[in-house]
Amino acid sequence: MALVLVPEAPLDDWLGGLDAQIQRSPAYFAGKPVVADLSALAAVPELVAGLLEALAARGIRLSGIEGIEPAVTGLDLPPLLSGGRTIAEGIAAADPAPPEPAGLLLDQPVRSGQSVVFTGGDVTVVGSVGSGAEIVAGGSIHIYGTLRGRAVAGMGGNAAARIFCRRLEAELLAIDGLYRTADDIEPALRGKPAQAYLAGEQMVVAGFE
Amino acid sequence: MAKVVVVTSGKGGVGKTTSTAALGAALAQAGRMVVVIDFDVGLRNLDLVMGAERRVVYDLINVIQGDARLSQALIRDKRVETLHLLPASQTRDKDALTQEGVGKVIAELREKFDYIICDSPAGIERGATHAMYHADTAVVVTNPEVSSVRDSDRIIGLLDSKTAKAEKGERIDKHLLLTRYHPGRAARGEMLKVEDVLEILSIPLLGIIPESEEVLRASNIGTPVTLSSPDSAPGRAYFDAAKRLQGETLAMMVPEEKRGLMSKLFGRRVA
Ligand SMILES: Nc1ncnc2c1ncn2[C@@H]1O[C@H](COP(=O)(O)OP(=O)(O)OP(=O)(O)O)[C@@H](O)[C@H]1O
Ligand SMILES: [Mg+2]
Repeated sequence: MALVLVPEAPLDDWLGGLDAQIQRSPAYFAGKPVVADLSALAAVPELVAGLLEALAARGIRLSGIEGIEPAVTGLDLPPLLSGGRTIAEGIAAADPAPPEPAGLLLDQPVRSGQSVVFTGGDVTVVGSVGSGAEIVAGGSIHIYGTLRGRAVAGMGGNAAARIFCRRLEAELLAIDGLYRTADDIEPALRGKPAQAYLAGEQMVVAGFE
Repeated sequence: MAKVVVVTSGKGGVGKTTSTAALGAALAQAGRMVVVIDFDVGLRNLDLVMGAERRVVYDLINVIQGDARLSQALIRDKRVETLHLLPASQTRDKDALTQEGVGKVIAELREKFDYIICDSPAGIERGATHAMYHADTAVVVTNPEVSSVRDSDRIIGLLDSKTAKAEKGERIDKHLLLTRYHPGRAARGEMLKVEDVLEILSIPLLGIIPESEEVLRASNIGTPVTLSSPDSAPGRAYFDAAKRLQGETLAMMVPEEKRGLMSKLFGRRVA
């Protein structure tokens, strides 16, 4: 079970409360996946970076972020949280290898040029992923729309991860380091509902009959 | 309440300036107080399309830098009383445009105008982000071809992240204006179809403007097409788009190829 933190402004007061909690039970956060619901901070994105630092200083590593427009986090997220990558406009999360990974749900299209990186588990998009957009997930990727951009699943060694989409027009599919570009995807599957998974060292891309 | 509208696209040459002028003139003819602002510093065009190039004395940057008052820089249209232009500078450095400065000018314009329409430069750099930052509504101008559609998708992502509204966690209204639509070429599969573009961008459609000689003629005589030929196909399409921008619901007309007499007589076998 993931713990959900709901930070609010003013941040100092909120952190004070958190410190009191840690004092009472020092092992409270140990080994548990922690998700921050940032909806109360959505209006003040400049607080987000400071918050992440303050949490890290207390030994709390986030496995996910929710309640904020992917775009709002913008450039302000410390890049180390996305596994050493800098993300232009996306959500990022740390990878503390949580026992039960939290999922990331996006209920709007992912636009060209946006990169969503979530190493803590599955990513679900209710909408399309545009040409030139990218989803990177530690787990599987579920797209209830057209996948035109890139989907990179099983990042960090999860060979069982899969990619599902309602309409396949992908530029690139990758699972645990194995990838296929548009040219290697069977033309008959284009525009169809499809999934991709690994069978040994092979990627299988198949439709749903 | 004043509405700030950005006309944007990512890709260049798709019809932003043409659409800014045509929509601005249509709204002004409907009695709204309208100002169109050129954000294309160094490559200004809107003054030409509006036929006001010889009347430009002060520009947006003069106002931002305090060298002129807003009332001195605003040019009132000679044909429609309620239509105004705030020109861009052709000579100043682009860096003179600051977020804060633009914000002050827009705030002042909000007091006087119903519609403040910002003509964005192409690209996704600062000029474009300045033009969109204060917008309440965006008109995303797109041609029915893949590169234009992808650039529009990119711009929509920026509208949802790099605007004042997005930063407050609010959503900016986005509308698709499909321009330079050529029914014959769409039918022959040489251009994307309307439904394909809508499926990819998934934002509501404000209008479909056909490719037309009238638009070129209008810009050559420095008159928005909604003034020079209001009854032409592009003129009517822009009037409808302006009505939808004001919240009216109108049936969408997809422009169709007019068949000549020969093809009417002989069907598809001719040619
Ligand atoms: N519907 C149309 N039919 C025919 N020509 C058109 C149409 N719309 C625009 N054009 C022409 O296309 C050219 C580019 O239009 P316009 O200057 O409005 O584009 P823009 O997006 O503002 O370009 P830029 O990115 O350079 O600012 C102009 O020559 C214009 O007359
Ligand atoms: Mg222009």
